[in-house]
Amino acid sequence: MQNLEEFRKEVKEWLNDNCPQSMRAGADPSIPVDEVWGGRKAEYKNPESKLWLDRMGAKGWTMPTVSKEYGGGGLRAEEVSILNQEMFAIGAKGPLLSFGIWMLAPVLLEYGTEEQKKKHLPKIIKGEIRWCQGYSEPGSGSDLASLATKAEDNGDHFIVNGQKVWTSYADKADWIFALVRTGPKEPKHDGISFLLIDMETLGVSTKPITLISGKSPFCETFFDNVKVPKENLIGQQNAGWAIAKALLQHERAFLSSFGLASSMGSGRDLVSIAKKHIGEESGKISNGFYRSQITAHKIKEHAFGLTLKRAKDEDGKASPTASMFKLYGSEHNKKRHELMIAATGINGVAWDGDEFDKKDKDLTRAWLRTKGNSIEGGTSEVQLNVISKRVLGLPS
Amino acid sequence: MKLILNEEQQFLKDTARDFAKERTPVNHFRSLRDNKSETLWDKDIWQEMVKLGWSGILIPEEFGGSNFGVAGISVILQECGKTLTPSPLFSTGVIGAYAISNFGTQEQKEKYLPKITNGDITTALAIDESSHHDPAKTLLKAKLSDDHYVLNGKKIFVIDGASADILIVLTRTSGNSGDLAGLTLFIVEADTPGINKIKLDMADSRNYANIEFNNVESSKGNILGTLEAGGESVERILDIGRIAMSAEMLGNAEAAFETTIEYLKQRKQFGVLIGTFQALQHRAAEMFCEIELTKSAVMAAMHGADENSNELQRLSSLAKTVAGETLHLVTNEAIQMHGGIGVTDEYDLGFYIKRSRVAEQIFGSSAFHSERYANLSGF
Repeated sequence: MQNLEEFRKEVKEWLNDNCPQSMRAGADPSIPVDEVWGGRKAEYKNPESKLWLDRMGAKGWTMPTVSKEYGGGGLRAEEVSILNQEMFAIGAKGPLLSFGIWMLAPVLLEYGTEEQKKKHLPKIIKGEIRWCQGYSEPGSGSDLASLATKAEDNGDHFIVNGQKVWTSYADKADWIFALVRTGPKEPKHDGISFLLIDMETLGVSTKPITLISGKSPFCETFFDNVKVPKENLIGQQNAGWAIAKALLQHERAFLSSFGLASSMGSGRDLVSIAKKHIGEESGKISNGFYRSQITAHKIKEHAFGLTLKRAKDEDGKASPTASMFKLYGSEHNKKRHELMIAATGINGVAWDGDEFDKKDKDLTRAWLRTKGNSIEGGTSEVQLNVISKRVLGLPS
Repeated sequence: MKLILNEEQQFLKDTARDFAKERTPVNHFRSLRDNKSETLWDKDIWQEMVKLGWSGILIPEEFGGSNFGVAGISVILQECGKTLTPSPLFSTGVIGAYAISNFGTQEQKEKYLPKITNGDITTALAIDESSHHDPAKTLLKAKLSDDHYVLNGKKIFVIDGASADILIVLTRTSGNSGDLAGLTLFIVEADTPGINKIKLDMADSRNYANIEFNNVESSKGNILGTLEAGGESVERILDIGRIAMSAEMLGNAEAAFETTIEYLKQRKQFGVLIGTFQALQHRAAEMFCEIELTKSAVMAAMHGADENSNELQRLSSLAKTVAGETLHLVTNEAIQMHGGIGVTDEYDLGFYIKRSRVAEQIFGSSAFHSERYANLSGF
């Protein structure tokens, strides 16, 4: 075992040599900032975004705990904290946003064959392949297990027909992990399989969906006689529901961090917005009604942040309480954006044109985007169902 | 700071859980109330708690205590809160023990701490003077006269004040109402001439008193902490009390919630268990989440106290606000979900809602602490 102080020194030096200046705190603001999702279709406004991803990917530090044979960093928990601390110290940007890392990789590690892990994990970790999630269908939202996309067994391959919806960034993704029905006669939960599909296969097509925010982060994805080799099946045929649920827990765990102001959204601080637009008197937000609403929200957010920390300290792996975090994370994010636009006033509902600040126009759209937070990844009502049944044991 | 219990704290919690279950189930409190017990807590039960070492948890070992810290006493109160165990543990084992251990002179420590550890005396903090907690507004006057002070004024809602042997009294030695400066704490023995205790009858049937001070003489040696700096020390003492009270309130909420979940699993209407109704399931799930948030806030605050966090005031106000709101919600919902039986005196839930609303007032309500949190955070 390597000495931790030595490791810290190594990390520090490596970051110093390898983390480009534009990827650190205090970067030149004129350099455009990329949202890096990797993949074959990736485009970079700043070439250093790609360089930073390649270097971190080669070290396996985009998934530092995964073992080296799968392309991970092979680090122990203490070493990961050191890596995080040292990255934080220089304000290093995360190199990669990835559904592959957040959702698929944990499931591959648990359910994949050795061959599947070796084939897919390194490409996820290096950001070479961008994944999307094929779960919901037009007729299967909250009742996900009623899904109808069909995969017929055709010897050494499946023939897939059907339609997925709400596939995030399907138009930009290289591969999709999809739930398909392989057992049409089995009870609904027992006829589902978990399948990996290359989006370049003949018969796969996508179409973006425009949201109320004006943006199109989601697509419809169509499968028309798509031939998928059987080696792409994860777990047993018709046993995909357990994998689907495990993945949902990972998805919820990562979505839950959205409830903290520090972790996402417009990145703007509610209190400073309120002081700027409403005004302040002796350092206090001058309107008592807004101030008390903001305080109530901040108190909840503080307690929620402590709860995320407690779950981590208790070594909480993905569990039914992930539903609680997903529920609160998304509801808090909605509430915070409601408070932000209210505090911004008329400018908080700005849509377009030169009369408004870009920040305010972005806020309007960010606020509308949050309305999806309590729907995607299982609605708030579904989370409440999960808690009442699986945590509290209330009868069905 | 890790938001988990260490082995010692877990052991204290387990011991307290067993004690509350076996020695002080809710019926214990019911019989004290029904029999109009003088102190509204049981002297023998208190001595059993003393024997378990609970009165000395915040007291250094040299004075017979165990120095297990705020987290240690908080988890005990949490478990005792589950069965509404009445005892002077909060007023004595938290407030008296902490105040004298941290702000007392060597002489005061030697005089009082061993007696607190041994269960020979109980203490009470005399602080409030009006219907809303606000220490800065203290008016009770302590005036220097030759070599001693003379106290005049009235304290209200003194927890365990009806039976306490020792009173810790917040007085004004200078300045005006609203100033935290000019406040001084005194240790006053409750049988000093000029003290008049008026027992209160509160909704939660616990031990409280209003206390009048008519020309009560107290020597300079009875000042606790520094003259004129009582505002600062009392804030610290109150924060520890708020955290411990939040833990007790968390225990109250956990028990009322558990009772309700059990009821949803056995009560039938329309031929089915009422726990199958989504209208109730979702509200139950929301309560579960609120309790989880409260656990985290209380945990962070009690560890913050033991680790001398510079965030202690915010954490204390966070815990008291969240615990107050959660217990408020849970007691209301518990009664509603139980239906008619929930509003009968025969059923225990009424005790929880009555205790809830009194506990919410202790050392500042959620409104007080939200405001304090906002001020401390610069909102």
